[in-house]
Amino acid sequence: MKPMQPLTPAQFDLTAASICAAVLPHLWRLPWLFSTPILILLIGRWLQRRRGGARLPTWIKLPLILLFPVLIIFHYGNIFGREPGAALACAMLALKLVETESRRDARAAICFASFVLMSALLFANSLGFTLLLFAALTLLLAAMRELEPRAADASVQNRRATVTVDLRSGAIALAAAVPLAVCVFVFLPRLGSPLWGAPDDTSARTGLGDRMAPGSVQQLLIDDSPAFRVSFDGPLPPRAELYWRGPVLWYFDGTTWTRPGYLASNRGAADLQTATPTIAYDVSLEPTDRRWLLALDMPVAAPDNAVRGADMTLVSRTPVDRLLRYHAVSAPKYRLDATLDPQQRALALELPPGLDPQARALAQRWRSELRSDDVIIRAALDLFHKEFFYTLNAPLLGRDSVDDFLFDTRRGFCEHFASAFTFLMRAASIPARVVTGYQGGYFNAAGDYLVVRQSDAHAWSEVWLAGRGWVRVDPTAAVSPQRVQLGARAAAGARAPWYQADWLQLLRNRLDVVNRFWNDAIVQFNALRQQSLLTPFGIAKADYVDLMWTLIGASSVLLGLFAWWVLRAPRTAADPLDAAYARLRRKLDRAGAPSLATEGPLTLAARGEDHWPGNRALQRLFANYVGLRYAGALSSTQAVREFARAVAALRLRAHKP
Amino acid sequence: MNTRAAAASLRSRLLEFAERRLPALTRLKQAESLPILLDRHRIYVLPTRFGLMLSAVLLVMLLGALNYNNNPAILLTCLLGAASYQSVFQAFRSINRVQLRAARAEPCHAGGTLYIYLYFHIDARPRHGLRLSIDGDETVFDLHPGNDTCVRIGLRARQRGWQQLGRLRLYSEYPFGLFHVWSWLHPDFSALIYPRPEANAPPLPHDSSDAQQRQARRSRGDELVMLRDYQPTDPLRSIAWKASARHDRLLVKEFEQLRGREIVLDYAALHGLDHEARIARLVRWIIQAEAAQLPYSLQLPERRIGPGLGSEHRHACLRELALLPGASA
Repeated sequence: MKPMQPLTPAQFDLTAASICAAVLPHLWRLPWLFSTPILILLIGRWLQRRRGGARLPTWIKLPLILLFPVLIIFHYGNIFGREPGAALACAMLALKLVETESRRDARAAICFASFVLMSALLFANSLGFTLLLFAALTLLLAAMRELEPRAADASVQNRRATVTVDLRSGAIALAAAVPLAVCVFVFLPRLGSPLWGAPDDTSARTGLGDRMAPGSVQQLLIDDSPAFRVSFDGPLPPRAELYWRGPVLWYFDGTTWTRPGYLASNRGAADLQTATPTIAYDVSLEPTDRRWLLALDMPVAAPDNAVRGADMTLVSRTPVDRLLRYHAVSAPKYRLDATLDPQQRALALELPPGLDPQARALAQRWRSELRSDDVIIRAALDLFHKEFFYTLNAPLLGRDSVDDFLFDTRRGFCEHFASAFTFLMRAASIPARVVTGYQGGYFNAAGDYLVVRQSDAHAWSEVWLAGRGWVRVDPTAAVSPQRVQLGARAAAGARAPWYQADWLQLLRNRLDVVNRFWNDAIVQFNALRQQSLLTPFGIAKADYVDLMWTLIGASSVLLGLFAWWVLRAPRTAADPLDAAYARLRRKLDRAGAPSLATEGPLTLAARGEDHWPGNRALQRLFANYVGLRYAGALSSTQAVREFARAVAALRLRAHKP
Repeated sequence: MNTRAAAASLRSRLLEFAERRLPALTRLKQAESLPILLDRHRIYVLPTRFGLMLSAVLLVMLLGALNYNNNPAILLTCLLGAASYQSVFQAFRSINRVQLRAARAEPCHAGGTLYIYLYFHIDARPRHGLRLSIDGDETVFDLHPGNDTCVRIGLRARQRGWQQLGRLRLYSEYPFGLFHVWSWLHPDFSALIYPRPEANAPPLPHDSSDAQQRQARRSRGDELVMLRDYQPTDPLRSIAWKASARHDRLLVKEFEQLRGREIVLDYAALHGLDHEARIARLVRWIIQAEAAQLPYSLQLPERRIGPGLGSEHRHACLRELALLPGASA
C-alpha cells in the first residue's frame, strides 16, 4: 500500500476550482436554502485549507452530511428526481471538498464533479451556458493532470506556472477530443423514450386535467416524458393534422376553463358524419390516473371499455392507472353536429358575467361591423397574428384575464390563445368551446411509431358554424405556425421578446443566427435527423444497428489516425551526406565489392582501385567524401548535393572475381 | 493485514504462473543487455482504478443525458469521454521509445542502500511523470531530449557479493492518471555489495593507540619522496597545495610505504569466529584503518593484498572479501 500523500496547494486549488465550476451553474437556480450553505461550505473550506487547516473532525462532518438530505426532503418532499437530485448532488460535492485530503479523495471528487457539471445542462442549455460548461471541463482535466506525481526537480516551479501548464494541456486534450466527441454525438443512437421518467417535476402524475387554468399547460410544456405512443396502420398523417383530442372544456369562470361532469356520460347525442379515408392506429397511453383517452380528430367510435361523449371526448370506464393500449379509428374529414342541440348552444355561448368588458366590446363591434361568422373568425386570427407573441414565459394575468391578455401583455402560449379566442367568439355570439389535448408528436422511425410527449400538450378552439358543424380553429397556429410545425419548445425559443432597442435587436438578430444554428443542429438534433444522416450513403432510414456500425466505423477511423500518429516511426533527420555515402556503398555492394561496416572510405577506395582499375570517377567520389566528411570545415549544402548527384550518376560494371 | 499478505502472495503466485505459461509475457522479462529501447512490442496499457471509476461515471452521465434526450449534455459527456480515452495515446507516447542506455552502481555494504544510476535517453519530446519502481520503491522523473538523464534508484543491499539489479517497472499514468502504461526493464546488470561491517568490533589489531597514530602521521611527513599528478581517488589531505599553485595543476605528495608500521589484517588470526563474522570484522577494520590513514594489508587464506591505503586499495580488499565463497563452499 502506498502511503496516503496529502495534496499540495496546487492540487487542492485545482480540485476546489473544478468543484466550484461544477456547483456554480446550479447555484443560481437552487433555492437559497441550499445555495447559501453550499457557498459557505466551499468558501470556508478554501479559507481553512489556505490557513493550513488540518483534517476536519467527524463530529463536524457527520451532521453536515445528514443535514442536507433532511433539508431536501423538507423542501421538496422527496429525494429522487431531477430537482432534488441535483440539489443533493451539489451539496454532497461541496461536502466532498470538505473532506478532500488525499489524491484518492480528489479523484473521486473530480469524477463526481463531472456528473454534477453534466446535470446542470438538464436545466438550461443555451449556447453560452453550454460553452461555459465545456470550458469548465478544462479545469477538470487540469486538476486530473495536477494530481499526477511530478518529478522532484520539477516541483520547484512556482504554483502559477504549473497551473498554467495544466490548464493548457487540459485545453489541448479537450480540443483534440472534439472530432471523436462529435462523431460519437452524431452517431450514438438516441432513445425513443426515456428509460425512467421524472414524475416529481409536477405535483402529481402529469397529464391533461379536466380544467385549464393559467399555467396548467405550462407545467406540461417543460416536461419531456412521453404521454402516449401511437403506431399507425397506414402511413403517418401530415403533422398539421395530428390534433390529439382530449377533454373538451365548456365552462369559463374568468380564469379557469372547466368541464361539466354530466357531459362525460352524455353519450350518443352527437351527429357525426365522416368521409373516407379514415386513419386506424393503436395508442399505448402512459398512466395518468385520469379517465381521458386521446384520439385524433375525430374518433369514429369509442374504443373498448370507453365511451364517447357528446363533445367527442373519449372517456375510459376506469382511471388509466397503468399503461393502456387501445385501437382507434379517426376520420380527418368529418362534419360534427350539423344542427346544434339548444342545451349545448346555451353552454357554448355562456360567459362569466361582468368580466372582461373590453374583449366583449371588441367582439360586439366585430359582430355589428363584420356580420359573417367566417369574417369575424378571420379578424380574430389576424389580430393574434399581427400583434401577439408566442412564448412560454407568459406574464401573469389579473382578474380580467382575457382583457389583460388581449390588450396588455399579448404574450402567451396555446392556453392563452385558445382561451381568449373562445371568449371572443362567444362574445360575438358564435358557439365555441376549448379543446385540450396534444398536437404533433415525434416520429420514431427506428421503432416506426409516434411518441407524443407531455411537452406536446396543446389547447385549441372549436366553433360551431351553421351548415358546417363544429370546426376546429387553432389560434396558436395563427400566432406561431412553428408551434404546429415544430413543437412547443421550438416555437417558444424562436420568439422570446426581450428588449426592443434597435442596437440590441441587431445584436440579438446576429446572435440569433448562432443560437438558431445551436438550437437546430445540437439542441434539436433528434433520432429523426439521425436517421437521415446516412441517406447520402444509400441508407434511407438508419436504424439502431446501422447507426451503431457507423459509430464503430467512424470512431475506429479517428482512433486509427491517432494510433498512427503515435506509432509512426520517428523521423530521423538523416544527414544527406551519410545518405549519399550509404548509396555509394550499396552500389559497390551490388557490383560485387561488399564492404564491412568497420571499413573506412580509404580502404574502400583502395578496393575500388583493385576491382575497377582506372575508374577515375569512383576514386574522385571517395576523395570527395573524405574531403566533405573529414576536412574539418562544415561542408556546404551545395557541395553535398553535388556529391549526391555524382553518386547517383555513377555506373559500375559488375566485378567478376 | 493477514488477508492483504495472502492476497499479495496469491498475486505473486499467479504472476509466476502467468510468466511460466505465457512466454509472450515473459519474453522480455529475462535479463537483456543494454541499451534497451522500449517500443510498442513491450509496452502494456491498462486502465487505472481511477480510469475505471471515471468510465462508470461517464456511463451514468451518458444514460442520464440520453434519458432526458438532452443533446448538450450528451455532447458534454462525449467531450469528456473522448478527452479521457484519448489520453491513452499520450500515456503511450510518454513511454514509447524511451531508451535505457547505461547503468552504474556505487558499491555499498550489505544492509545499506545500494544506489543505482540509470541513464535514460530519448530522441524527441520531453516526457513527464515517468515512474520507476522496484521493490515497492518509486522514483518520479522527467526526461528531456538531448543529454542522457540520470535517474538514481535506491535498493536494499541484501548480502555481500554480486547483486542482480532485477526487474524494474517503468511506468507512467501521465497525463490524467486514467491509464497505466508500463514496461519491464531487466538490464543484465549487477552491483557489487561489500560485506556488512561488524557493529561493535574491537580496535585495530596493533599500533592502534591514538598517540601512535598521530606519531605515525607526523613521521610520514618526513618521508616525502616525490610529487606526482593528482588522481581522482587521492585523499584531499595529500594534495601539495603550494606546489600545485606553482605548477598550475594539482600535485600529490607521495610517501614512502612504511613497512614496519603496516597493519596486517589476517583472516586466519581471528580465532573463535565463524566465517561471516570474520569477514564482518575485517571489513570494520578496513574502514577504521582508512579513517585513521594507516596503511594495511589483508591476509586471506588464498591470497594477500597490499599493503596500501586509499580508496583503490580499500576497494580491492572489500571486493575480495565480498566475493569470498561462503563457509560451506
